[in-house]
Amino acid sequence: MNKIDFINLNINQVIEEYPFMADYFSENENLFKDFSKSPSSIIDELTEEELEDLAIDKELTLNNYYEYFNQMLDFLGIEDDRVESLTIIKGYDKSGIRETHDLTINVGEVIAIVGPTGSGKSRLLADIEWIADEDTPTKRKILINNKEADKKWRFSSGNKIVAQLSQNMNFVMDLTVKEFLELHANSRLVEDVDNVVKKIIEEANLLAGETFDLETPITSLSGGQSRALMIADTAILSKSPIVLIDEIENAGIDRKKALDLLVKEEKIVLMATHDPILALMADKRIVIKNGGISKIIFTNNEEKQMLKKLEEVDKFLMKERQLIRLGQSIKLESLHID
Amino acid sequence: MNLITISGPPSSGKTSVIVKTIDALKRRNLKVGVVKFDCLYTDDDVLYKKLNIPVKKGLSGSLCPDHYFVSNIEEVTQWGVKIDLDVLITESAGLCNRCSPYIKDIKAICVIDNLSGINTPKKIGPMLKAADIVVITKGDIVSQAEREVFASRVRQVNPKAITMNINGLTGQGAFELSTLILDDKQITTVKGKELRFSMPSALCSYCLGERRIGEDFQLGNVRKMNLGDK
Repeated sequence: MNKIDFINLNINQVIEEYPFMADYFSENENLFKDFSKSPSSIIDELTEEELEDLAIDKELTLNNYYEYFNQMLDFLGIEDDRVESLTIIKGYDKSGIRETHDLTINVGEVIAIVGPTGSGKSRLLADIEWIADEDTPTKRKILINNKEADKKWRFSSGNKIVAQLSQNMNFVMDLTVKEFLELHANSRLVEDVDNVVKKIIEEANLLAGETFDLETPITSLSGGQSRALMIADTAILSKSPIVLIDEIENAGIDRKKALDLLVKEEKIVLMATHDPILALMADKRIVIKNGGISKIIFTNNEEKQMLKKLEEVDKFLMKERQLIRLGQSIKLESLHID
Repeated sequence: MNLITISGPPSSGKTSVIVKTIDALKRRNLKVGVVKFDCLYTDDDVLYKKLNIPVKKGLSGSLCPDHYFVSNIEEVTQWGVKIDLDVLITESAGLCNRCSPYIKDIKAICVIDNLSGINTPKKIGPMLKAADIVVITKGDIVSQAEREVFASRVRQVNPKAITMNINGLTGQGAFELSTLILDDKQITTVKGKELRFSMPSALCSYCLGERRIGEDFQLGNVRKMNLGDK
């Protein structure tokens, strides 16, 4: 629809035809009060003084209104943008030495990134997020589906290519789990909000050691519950095809299930971790040294066997934790690890 | 010289974003200077000096900080030209939410943080709505969901702007910002340019130092709240 026609539609009509615009009007309620009028006429009727008071520029406001509408239409139309693979083409480390490996990661793969603090993990993640095109300090190039990627990923605020889960993340909003998930779902223009919310809480409860319900305030969730909710929410609601995880703490969450959930939802999972269980769960691990990818290690059979043992140790610890939580005593004979 | 105006609510992370962005600009051998505008106090100039960044600070004191900004911007520009800067960044805090120090044809960046609450974007006026780039900070301490909701709220009030997340601590995203802020258009003066938006006005007895309360002492541009009694 052209701009003139659109800005002259009355608000009721707009909401009826384009339900996703309702949120826009409630976000700009100080201006758009009378829904029987069009935004254009509402703004035209304002006096100079009212414009000053509301801090509104006529042209800018209507342009923004039309722009937002078009962006949302685009946003809803994105279906053919499936990301199947991500390729990192080698660049240079901090000393200017060429990296040795290109790397392609496919949907459903889990990759660990290892290396000491300051080695360049953040830069690698930033290169991916920015869809580097030999224009970042590492001169790496990122391909999506084996092709030069569309630069729109850089600037699209609604469809970031990367969702990030970092270690010290918190919920800061003062809402219940239900309100919070609805808010997020609405911002993603989800149609079947109730079902999506139900699915997220079910998955989150499968990950968390202690279950919680929809009426729990998000700020009172435990660390494990928060992480479980964040992971389930990112897996199901976030459209970003790549998920970057900065270390999942062990406490109160089943990390294997968490990774399985992300993989099931067709994400590419990259995680910066030094935890042996997580690192060995990954198919490959990228070793970062001095700002560059110095090698890529494939998880071999021996390591996979080791992973099983480590998981037993982990399970044992979880069991003991549960006993402590339930107020019971710990017995020495329960320690059986081959 | 390139002039870039950066503003944002107090403690939103403007200085951290600027410092990290300058790191990236310096690597391209650009000479960058900063002018920090604040109201009563700032010691950010010490921080900039420590990093060998040429800096000037201006405290507006008893004046409206934005009026003070616009009254000084030409002199500040001349300072930048005189010391041969490639890029001059002005940093100012939007203290009243109605503020906007942006100038037409001069790159305008608004810094706002995820912790400020999801209703903050609609509370901020032209400083956010008229910005070319909106930088969102402190994303590392809130959930992915909150980041997405916050960014969508920003988009609702300013869909035209490039919105980006920057981590002021690690600098993730700052390099990327540094590639977006430079313009081919070089300036040597801002004389004759216009503000993007008028500044909030006031000219009443209290502007002139009146302290006594009551209608007898109120002169000039005075407005009363509508409490619904009349």
